[in-house]
Parts: sequence; C-alpha cells; structure tokens
Amino acid sequence: MTDNASPEPEATQLETASDKTAPGSVVLEVRDLSVDFGVEKKWIPAAIGLNYEVRAGEVLAIVGESGSGKSASSMALLDLLPSNSRVTGSVKLSGKELLGAKAGAIREVRGKDVAVIFQEPMTALNPVYTVGAQIVETIRLHNVVSPLEAKERALRMLELVELPDPEKAFKSYPHQLSGGQRQRAMIAQSLSCDPKLLIADEPTTALDVTVQAEILDLMRHLRNKLDSAIVLITHDMGVVADLADRIAVMRKGVIVETGTAQQIFSNPQHEYTQALLAAVPHLGQGADKADVDVTAALAAATNTELESVEHDELLRRERENQAALKAAAEEAAKPKGNPVLELIDVAIEYPKQGRVPAFRAVEGANLVIYPGQVVGLVGESGSGKTTIGRAAVGLLPVAAGSMRVVGQDISAAKRNGKQLREVRRDIGMVFQDPSSSLNPRLPIGESIGEPMFLAGVAKGVDLQKRIETLLDQVELPRGYRNRYPHELSGGQKQRVGIARALSLQPKLMVADEPTSALDVSVQAKVLELFQNLQKELGFACLFVTHDLAVVDVLADRICVMQRGRIVEQGTREQILRNPQEPYTQRLLAAVPLPDPEKQRERRELRAQLMAAGIE
Amino acid sequence: MSQPTQEEELLAQQALAEAAATQTGSEITSGLSQGQIVRKRFFGHTGALIGLAVFVVIFLLAFTAVGAFGLPGWWKYNYLDVSPLVNDGAPTSSLWPFAWGEHPFGQDRIGRDLFAMTMRGAQQSITVMLLIGGIAGAIGAIIGGLAGYFRGWVEAILMRLTDVIIIIPLLLLAAVVGQIASRRDEGSWIAGFASSNSVVILGIFLGLVSWVGLARLVRGEFLTLREREFVDAARISGASNARIIFKHILPNAVGVLIVNVTLTMSAAILLETALSYLGLGVHSPDTSLGLLISQNQEAFATRPWLFWYPGLFIILICLSINFIGDGLRDAFDPRQKKFKAKSAVETTRQSSTTTAPLADTAQGS
Repeated sequence: MTDNASPEPEATQLETASDKTAPGSVVLEVRDLSVDFGVEKKWIPAAIGLNYEVRAGEVLAIVGESGSGKSASSMALLDLLPSNSRVTGSVKLSGKELLGAKAGAIREVRGKDVAVIFQEPMTALNPVYTVGAQIVETIRLHNVVSPLEAKERALRMLELVELPDPEKAFKSYPHQLSGGQRQRAMIAQSLSCDPKLLIADEPTTALDVTVQAEILDLMRHLRNKLDSAIVLITHDMGVVADLADRIAVMRKGVIVETGTAQQIFSNPQHEYTQALLAAVPHLGQGADKADVDVTAALAAATNTELESVEHDELLRRERENQAALKAAAEEAAKPKGNPVLELIDVAIEYPKQGRVPAFRAVEGANLVIYPGQVVGLVGESGSGKTTIGRAAVGLLPVAAGSMRVVGQDISAAKRNGKQLREVRRDIGMVFQDPSSSLNPRLPIGESIGEPMFLAGVAKGVDLQKRIETLLDQVELPRGYRNRYPHELSGGQKQRVGIARALSLQPKLMVADEPTSALDVSVQAKVLELFQNLQKELGFACLFVTHDLAVVDVLADRICVMQRGRIVEQGTREQILRNPQEPYTQRLLAAVPLPDPEKQRERRELRAQLMAAGIE
Repeated sequence: MSQPTQEEELLAQQALAEAAATQTGSEITSGLSQGQIVRKRFFGHTGALIGLAVFVVIFLLAFTAVGAFGLPGWWKYNYLDVSPLVNDGAPTSSLWPFAWGEHPFGQDRIGRDLFAMTMRGAQQSITVMLLIGGIAGAIGAIIGGLAGYFRGWVEAILMRLTDVIIIIPLLLLAAVVGQIASRRDEGSWIAGFASSNSVVILGIFLGLVSWVGLARLVRGEFLTLREREFVDAARISGASNARIIFKHILPNAVGVLIVNVTLTMSAAILLETALSYLGLGVHSPDTSLGLLISQNQEAFATRPWLFWYPGLFIILICLSINFIGDGLRDAFDPRQKKFKAKSAVETTRQSSTTTAPLADTAQGS
C-alpha cells in the first residue's frame, strides 16, 4: 500500500496509530461477483466476475464511466438493487457471507457494519425529519441506548465531521443546510454506528469544486481517525488521486486494472486506464498553449511557502511562471471588430412569482466579447453564471443596465417579440443536459433543422442537405437523422445539441455547461469537437462552466463570478498565472489534480490559503 | 447534473447495439419512434389486448345486429318489434348442445326481443362514451394546455372557469338537459333533433362538462414540461407559442391525455347508465342499458335474465375500456418495466473487446 498521507503532523500520528491496531485485516472480500439486469426479457450483465478485497483503514477506489457497473456492483453488496436484477458470486464481510443471507440478517448489517454515503445529499436525507432525528434513528436501530445517549452520540458525530455548530445542525432540517453541510451530515449519519466498511458512491459529484475539496479533506481526516475500510466509487480521477490507496478501473462490467494509486497514475498498464487518464482535462494544460504551473502561480500570488516543495525549486517555478506571463501579455493583440456581446452594468432578476419576490441573481456585470473570442464564465452554483448566459439569448429579462447582442440592444426587448426573434437568428445555445434539451418526440434531424426551417433559410431537399452537412460537422453518421434522442448516448446527444446551435451559423454561441452531464472521456471528445468547430467557423462564444479545467482548455478570456458579481476577469494567462482575488485563488486551489504527487502540493497550498483567509 | 442510473445506461447501450445491428443492412435507418415503442409495449400487455378484443367484438355486435345509421341489421328482430312469447320469454340459447334459438336472451313481458334491446342499449352506451371522451379530451387538452403554458392571467381565468364548472352538480344539469331533450311538443329543430337523437345530445352535453379533471391534469403536465430545456431550445430556434404548444409540448403530454380520456370514457358509460336508471337519460321506447335495468328491476325474482344480460354488457364494456386504459398507461410510462426472471434470455455483453476504448461510439464511424 502506498502511503500518501496528508502532511499534517497530527494526522500522520493518527495514521501510524491505526496502522498498528489493524495491520491489514481484510474487511471485505468479493469473489466472482456478477450482477445482471433484466431488460426486456433479457439478462444484461452489468458486472462480470469481480474480485477484490478491502482492508481495514484502506481506501479502494472503483473508477469507471457511467454504465461501467461500478455503482451496481457496490449496491449489490448490500442487496440494494431493484427486483429485476440478479447477483451471483460471494461477498464476505469479515468472513461472513452477505449474498443470499436472510433479509433480517442483511438489515442488521446495513447501517451498522456497512454504511453508504450517497451522491445527492439532498435526496438521501429525508426532508421531513431533522438531521439529528435521522442520525438518532440510525443509532437506536442498531444499539440499545436511551434517546438521550443517542443524542449525545449524534452530536459527537456531527462534531467529528467538522460542522461549525453541531447543536444547530442537529436541530436543522436538510433544506436549512448548504450542500456541503448536508453531505457532512450524511457522512455523520453513516459513521454513527462505527461501520467496518463505508461505501461512498460519488460522494462529491453533486458538489461545487471548493466544497468538494472540503469534503475530500474531511474524508481524508476521517480515514485516518477511524479504522474503516472505504470503497470509493467515482468517475473523477482527481478525487481518486486525492484519496485512494488502491484503485480498480472498471469498464463495461469488468475490472480491467487494479493497482496502488502510485502504480495506476504513474504507470498505467491497460489502454483504457491510459485513455481515461489522458481524457481528464488538467487545469493549466490547455491544448497547444503553454502549460501553466498553477501551484507556482498561486504560491507567487499569495507569497506562501510550501513544505513539500524546496524553496529554490518553488522560486524557479515561480520565475518561469512570471516570464511566461510577460510573454503572453506582449503576444496578446488588441481585439478587433465590434463586440458581439456587451454587458454594461447589467442586473438580471428572476421575476416575482405569486408571493415569491423578484430575485436579483446578477448585479453590475460588465463583460465584452469580440468576434472569434471564447470567454469562459466560471463560478460556483448560485453565482449567477447561467443567468448571464440565459439573459444573453433573451430567455431572461434584463432589470438594469444595457445588454447589446450582435449590435442590438435587447435590454428592453419584449419577451418573444420581433426584435428578439431577429437577434436569435445570430445566436446559438448549447444546453447543459443533453437529454432534456432535445424533444424526445422529434427525430434529431428535425431538431437540428428546426431553426433553419423557422427562419425560412432552407426548405425541403435543401434543408435535408443542410442537416446532413451539420451532422457531418459534429461527426455523427448521416443515417442518425431519423433517430430519436433516447436512442443516442449522452455524448451523441450533446453533439446533436451543438449541431442545432450551429445550424444558423451564429455569430455568438452561448454554451451552458455543455459537458457537465457527460463522462470524462466523452467530455474530452466533445470539447475537442467544440474547439475545432470554433476555430473553423470562428464564432464568438460565452462558455459557462463550473469546471476551471474545462474553461482552461477552451477560453481566451476567463471571468470569475461569485454571488452574482464578476469578481475578476482577464486573459487565460492572467487568471491562471496571476490570480488576484482571494476567491479566484481558492477556486484554483480547490481543483483536484489527477496526480497524487502534485495533488499533495496543491492540498498544502490550499490549507495555507484557507488559513490565511480565516485570519 | 446527476449521473444517469445504471439501468438507463444499460438500456441506452442496448439500444445502440441493436441499432448498430440493424444499421449494417440499410443505409438510411429509421429508429423506433416513441409511438412505435408505445404500440409495441401496448401489444405486449395481455390484459389490454383482451380488453381491446372484447371491446371490438361488442362494438361490432352492437352496431351490426340491430342496425345503425338507418341501415338494417342482420338480427331478425328490431328492439321495437313485439312478437308472441316463446317458452314464456325465457332465454332459448343453450350451451350444450350449442344453439341460439328464437330469442337467445329471452323476451320481456310484452314480447320484445331482449337481445335486440341489449344491442341497441350497447350502441347507445358506446355512442355516449365516444362523444364524451372526444369532446372532453379536446376541450381539456386545449384549456389545460393554454393555462399551463401561458401561466399568468390566462391561467387564472381558465382555472377559475374550471373551478366553477367543477362545483355544478352534474346530475342536476343532466336532469335539466334530459327534460329539454325529451320534450316533443316544441317545434324547434333542436327539439326535433333531440327527440330523435336524445343520446347524442346527452353525450355532447356530458362531454361539455366533464373535461375539468382532464384540464387540470394536462395543465400540471404542461407546467413541468414548459420548464424543460427543449422548450427553451425551441424558443431560441424562433418557434412561436402555438408551435411550441402543439409541436413540442403536447406530443409529450399525450400519454396522460390518452390514459385519462379512456378512464373518463368508462366513467361516462356508468354515468349514462345511472342517468337512464333515474329516468333522465334515454327515454322509452328507445332504450339503453341503464334503462333496461331500471325497467326490469321489479322482474328480478321472476325473470332474472332481463336484469342479467344488460348488466353483463355494462360490466364487459367498462372492464374492457378500463383494461385498455391500464395498458395504455403502462405503455406510455417508461418506468413501467415488466420483467419475468424465468423467461429471460441470457445475453453476453456485446463486443466488449472489439469497440474503441472509449464509450462514445459516434467517434468510430
């Protein structure tokens, strides 16, 4: 086992202590585990012959894309699969067979010996009970304790997960907590009976990047404090690098490679693992641009020293960084042409509905996009980035300030009015969720052709030809045009979305998190396609995303948003090499790197940044 | 931003694999449309198929036996003909040896053929049912759709209108209309038409008041659908409101619509029966299933068949329509997956070794 423990001395001590008590007793042993789902009178395998074991105090990460069977196989351990499934093989928890056990026996194990952290803390916690009541319920189900004692234990648990005010959290309902706090409460609940095995099913996928970093910190601390075995299910290589001791890579129901984190990251053997690693967008490594050493940039901007990196080495890296920044500044030419999108002191409100008052989502936003420029709009959820995107295409009204889109001021345009309809001929939009943005009752060819048909650009045979050209451009076979959205995979659906946005040859493209619903490898391909199309067709683009690494691949300029305001904007080089705002710095530091070594540096830097921020 | 579930992914993969298999043969592929999928699921639903078969048989029997729309039927008696009592009016049909006899369902006290009367009654019931279903379906879809899509004052007005109609007692209104329709002394053309087609008037009228529940359901469906991103996408494409409502949203709400129309239809048959039983719907000498039952309830002890056969047809029609509606609901709801572990076929995962390392299959072609 590789020990990539965190550098804090306190944690290291704890870990060595736990190492002594449990020198690798096997907690979970899985042999020949196969899961099949019955779909339309056929058994379709979701996992085939899995073999792995997890030891106490160890984190095993199961990595794979959606549909690879990683979640299904883990839910099978606890018999939590729907009734149309079939599980074979053997699952032993501390030597006790779990598969085929009686329902009562499994219930005993659930929550007590094996606990699960789910992906969505909002849906995994019952909204009509307080957080405390739910933890107390778990404790009292498995232990004969008085309500008072259970409450004390629940409070201890809430303290353990570093919630700022355990008493208050105990009395709160799930909706009164933020996403990160809910996930902490969820973890507290799952840990309340000292489980031998903890299954974390995408524990950070639904969270913002800064919150994700906090939860990962917490999980790392807990792993050192407790002696549980952890199975971490995720598709995010960054999360894996941060937490895992050993990694199993799954693809189409089969484990293709296992190894220690070090082995997998530094020397992946299977081609799929290599492809998966290559597909992860690295922050600071935009395509055919100079690599940016974000750690060094952050260290320079905030004058911090790192223990894990030599002082001279860090200095050298900082200096390199400075030089590159200067070079880039000289290179950056003045933008030409009239701006395609221009926001001056724009405020955007969600209009009031019934008794809910109007909500001002964006205030005082200034933003200019010139032809051919790609501007990335980055921020956490709730920062108003999507709001700006939607207002730019006239889906939301502008409350104050002026917004000019392709030369027309649409701040006072009527909803669905003539002016907006004209402006929309020059705009395309790619939506976040490809399965929701395509009409399930229309063949994709019709979806793509609709803007052209409605704008009266093409009809009949001509229209069909244009549709075929667009399908070629997004690299989909022409025969697909008669297909319906549910027959396509997520990546293909998003290609259709892009084709539709391109159909009127827009001057401005608004892309609203177009890849956040996709798997990493699919995301890489869609991004590549998008990039090529942008170069070829030269449209200007407002790219909204929460993922800095994605925007880094594409954008010329980056705008960082926080709580409805644009806090910092500049060229890619300026933001990544010399971030000024503390918020930007925190955001940059929170992005996990798919490399255990670099991630350790980054983690230390983040800890220092946070400490500085609190002071 | 949630990840798709395991099952959905598997389904998508399966669909892709199947599509790939079919694609090799022909250049232009036509995928299964939503309608085709629904049809396939519907015809896989045994209960619905039986319901459909029973309904078709009853429909043909009722409309051909005693004739309709001025055409004569193949049965030798009309529902108005009086003939001498055979065997004191008891049913002449027997199962073994199988024979129809002169009056298979028997005769009533004055010698009218019960089979002919029952068939006429079933005709009336089915007519009322189709009228109510069609009218209520159309009005409910349009009003619910407009209210759900436009929100604001349009919704306020339409939904208050719905509330007003909901609170009017249906029975009372039906009684009034029934009285007007059955009055023969007034010389106006409406009264003339109504007296000869009282059941049509009844159906239209009931259709005009029973759309309210449907409108609320459709409105609810529109409220969720209008927030979906494909509606925004259509708006950005330059689609007008009418196009968005009828081309984009309505087809997605059609499942709810069809299912509830069928349920309204079976309720409509019972309503007609109840009204006729109370003497408000169809009037003698014309007949309906409800009227037959009400006329013959005193004879239950002596001539029970007069009660049984019309009752049997009411039950059969309602049940078959309910089964069809049930089958439609299952067919339209993608979450309804019927799966029997025993009859399932083993499959091996297709081409897990031959495809490109990454799952986005579009890249391969």
